[in-house]
Amino acid sequence: MIYVNAFLFCGFVCLLGQIILDNTKLTPGHVTTIFVCLGAALDAFGIYDKIILWAGGGALVPITSFGHSLIHGALQKAADFGVMGLLMGMFDLTSAGIISAIVFSFFLSLLFQPKD
Amino acid sequence: MDKNKYGDLVKRHTPKENRLYNGMLAFITGGLVGVIGQLLMDFYSYQFHIPATEASGMMIITLIFVGCLLTCFGFFDKWVNFAKAGLIVPITGFAHAMMSAALEYRKEGMVTGIGANMLKLAGSVIIFGVVSAYVFGFIRFMIFGG
Repeated sequence: MIYVNAFLFCGFVCLLGQIILDNTKLTPGHVTTIFVCLGAALDAFGIYDKIILWAGGGALVPITSFGHSLIHGALQKAADFGVMGLLMGMFDLTSAGIISAIVFSFFLSLLFQPKD
Repeated sequence: MDKNKYGDLVKRHTPKENRLYNGMLAFITGGLVGVIGQLLMDFYSYQFHIPATEASGMMIITLIFVGCLLTCFGFFDKWVNFAKAGLIVPITGFAHAMMSAALEYRKEGMVTGIGANMLKLAGSVIIFGVVSAYVFGFIRFMIFGG
């Protein structure tokens, strides 16, 4: 059942992105940025946690989960250190994604030629 | 020719995109990427006996690696032209933005090319993510206490 939920939620987010792309003059960069802010906004009231319980990996794959993980890392540290923790723990959960993207693309860009 | 007439002419000759078809395609491809993510998560947590939270990190790293590799081989650009938002909105689009920027500027050198331009497209995601996460995290911390 969770596979159906994952399909529905991830597909719905992508459909939303496609509707924005088709009906406005925004670029894909704008769309991903909007979705990151949306993920953080949904998480301010704890809605995204419930969506992850419902859709599993389908809610973790779209870029909205990036905003969600940033906010959760910050809040985990904030529980221990107060407002300073918000600054200290921001990248705790997302660093795996960001660092791996940087490292992979650095080494692969040394190996491959651009295709056009 | 006055401006209105010209605008009409441009409007008539720009190719019309089928929005319904694009939307369906984005829905199906995006949904399939989501199902692949869930499958990978289940596979990792079953194979290595780890909780779902750790498996989700490994799943995201796998998807980023696949996205980078496919961009290098040149498949990903064709697929993005076909499926559009279905591949841009998932985390693979983030990897694709970073990888294509790094590939494009590699001939300008390691520091001034790759180093300076790698985050050109993906940087806005990180910057706006951090700013919005700080603002909303502060709100949640103040109102709900974490």
